[in-house]
Amino acid sequence: MSFLQIENLNMSIYGIPILKDVSLSAVKGQIIGVIGESGSGKSMTAYSVMNLLPTGAKVSGKIALDGQDLLAKSEAQMCAIRGSDIGMIFQEPMTALNPVKTIGAQVAETVLIHGNAERSEATAIARDTLNRVGLPADQFPLTRYPHELSGGQRQRVVIAMAIALRPKLLIADEPTTALDVTTQAQILDLLKTLVAEDGMCLMLITHDLGVVAEVADHIVIMKGGEVVESGETHALFRNMQHPYTKALFAASSHVPDKGAERASKTPLLEVRNAIRDYILPRKSVFGKPQKFRAVSDVSFTLHDGENLGLVGESGCGKSTLTRAILGLEALQGGEIRIHGVPVEAGTHMPRDLRRKMQVVFQDPYGSFNPRHKVARLVAEPLHLLESEPKGSERAKAVVDALISVGMQASDVDKYIHEFSGGQRQRIAIARALILRPDLIILDEAVSALDVSIRAQILDLLADLSSRLNLSYLFISHDLSVVRSVTDRVMVMKAGKIVEYGETEDVFTNPQHDYTKTLIAAAPSLQDALEKENI
Amino acid sequence: MLRYSLKRLLSLGLSLLAASAVIFLAIEVVPGDPASYMLGINAQPDTVAALRAELGLNVSAMERYITWVTGMLTGDFGVSYTYRTPVVDMIGDRILISLPLAIYALTLSTLIAFPAGILAASKRGSAADVSIMGATQLGVAIPNFWFAMLLVVFFAINLRWFSAGGFPGWDKGFFVSMKALTLPAISLALPQASILARVMRSALIDTMNEDFIRTARAKGLTKRQALWRHALRNAMIPVLTIIGLQFSFLLAGAIIIENVFFLPGLGRLVFQSIPQRDLIVVESVVMLLVFAVVVVTFIVDIAYAAVDPRLRGRS
Repeated sequence: MSFLQIENLNMSIYGIPILKDVSLSAVKGQIIGVIGESGSGKSMTAYSVMNLLPTGAKVSGKIALDGQDLLAKSEAQMCAIRGSDIGMIFQEPMTALNPVKTIGAQVAETVLIHGNAERSEATAIARDTLNRVGLPADQFPLTRYPHELSGGQRQRVVIAMAIALRPKLLIADEPTTALDVTTQAQILDLLKTLVAEDGMCLMLITHDLGVVAEVADHIVIMKGGEVVESGETHALFRNMQHPYTKALFAASSHVPDKGAERASKTPLLEVRNAIRDYILPRKSVFGKPQKFRAVSDVSFTLHDGENLGLVGESGCGKSTLTRAILGLEALQGGEIRIHGVPVEAGTHMPRDLRRKMQVVFQDPYGSFNPRHKVARLVAEPLHLLESEPKGSERAKAVVDALISVGMQASDVDKYIHEFSGGQRQRIAIARALILRPDLIILDEAVSALDVSIRAQILDLLADLSSRLNLSYLFISHDLSVVRSVTDRVMVMKAGKIVEYGETEDVFTNPQHDYTKTLIAAAPSLQDALEKENI
Repeated sequence: MLRYSLKRLLSLGLSLLAASAVIFLAIEVVPGDPASYMLGINAQPDTVAALRAELGLNVSAMERYITWVTGMLTGDFGVSYTYRTPVVDMIGDRILISLPLAIYALTLSTLIAFPAGILAASKRGSAADVSIMGATQLGVAIPNFWFAMLLVVFFAINLRWFSAGGFPGWDKGFFVSMKALTLPAISLALPQASILARVMRSALIDTMNEDFIRTARAKGLTKRQALWRHALRNAMIPVLTIIGLQFSFLLAGAIIIENVFFLPGLGRLVFQSIPQRDLIVVESVVMLLVFAVVVVTFIVDIAYAAVDPRLRGRS
């Protein structure tokens, strides 16, 4: 009999239906992957099981855990079940822990709150559990605070909190989405080990097909609050039935048509021995401030028409390098040139130099002023022109830019909240295009997008690049995306470029150990499926 | 933690030195010569000069500044121009009223604000929340001197529970003195409590929306437990900031209430000394208030670090 049984679950918030007839089931020791894009209802299904829904939510149907009907439980009974029978881990390890309590106290609290042990015993259990999740006592004493740990280590603490009482069901809501690939691989390994040791059931919620294909036994695919397809992982991928599953599958490994190699011999962006130091806070009132070298002796050249990738994990210095290239921060050594003209931070930077490069950021929500209309947002860079277009000329420039990214002329009078994430990113690209720059820096520009939207944006970028002869500096932590769109790629680690070469060469024949680790750690749907076929 | 405290202490000393210079300069540029004020408009120039010499006003500003600062370090604040008594004694009498009054008012305000703010936040949207928010709105809006007069009319004139003003002196007994400070403390505390309760409520509500509260709920904590065990301490930072500001205000800014209740506090001392050009008293009281503000800021900084471990690691 199924251990977790969800039948015809319907949920609405203030009358708006969120989940429609969701049914799924899992047995003990099984990993069930729930996949969907944002708004598919995958997280809400998890919160329904926990009975931690937002106010105004109405639930009907059946959720049974080991034969107990969870929807019939009172709030007090649910409090006894949460943390004890069901554990949950979340996407954002940086904010999921209380910053003012020690990790030991937070893990022990799970035990104490359920009255399972005295304080000393709870502390001992906390210690054991932290050891189990790979945080040994000598490096990670119970007295550590969350801010002293990295993202991956914090996620281990969250996992320890969730499994301290050996729950029968563990729900993991995008547990690795906010982590670097190498950390992601370690956390997934840990989850797999814990499931095998404790024989619990793991409900793994993710948008990443590669992740589930590698670890899940059973897959449920959700769209618009409904389950569209479910089945045993490899069987499901072998004979996909539902068009959405096929589309999702195709989009996740989508390779845009790059067109012919256009790179010329003219250097567009030259970075020579760039050094960027940050001054750390003084250790004492009169002490000499320490330095942190974020970018260390970086050199590379980007030619006209070339698409260059910059790959690295968080904290490797790629964002700092981007800010230096954009002239937002001054270098402490070396130089950066655009078409031979040096880039200098601050007011020294001439407007025609700024005009040559534009940027698209990761967060399509945060990079627009919500009180301005699209016309004003897109026209914003026009002040960099010597003679700023006015009136109908200005309106035409805005409309042209919008149309070139696949938006409508009528969108100019709308506000940014009226658009979806993918549309906002298109508007951000339009804003970058309006000056006809030579170089567009894409700083994690597709990382926040769902796979199907990401595929569309990648196609758009490839099309614009060949049509307008644009060059991209494509910065990302996502290897598969970089591989599909760039001609050459650089791998950055601890402020240094450790590998640089033709994209395909680097991916098929990596030289540096770090590149090899990165490529091995990245979950790949194809690899996971091929492994199965052998 | 010790290192952090020592660092804060060092910058405390530096801010005091900077403040003394600013105060001295500000007083220097105020027009009006104390000696000519004291002798009246018909004074002979040589009499004025003699008095200036006696008061120590004939030397350069730099020398007077150094004398003033070094004097203060040894507890000598100089002699009042008007009353010819040591400033230390004048301040000493007054601070024994102002400081207990400020502490009394702050204690009352905290005792009212914490339960009110926590109750309003935990029952957000309920009748209790709405009435607490309405009451605090009123508390912020009512001028405290008017509220003080209402208290006098009701409790002193009608009910005759308290005297309408004045201070009997600490030698008449602790409870008698505290009773005399009760109505002033209540009128000072009410607007402060209203502000503090609102800050407490909004800080708690913000914290209750944090991810780690959701994590705590997933561990099996009830909403109430999550609020007391996880949200409260995190919500303390803005509350501590406001408490620090309020204490400084209560110590220095109680002039109006002191006047309503005829309390011989620090505020009234400054208020009298300015028109008399008793600049040495003004300087010293202002310096003392700066000292109090800086010390309170120091205590608040230490309290921040006690509440939030992230601030301790900044070394």
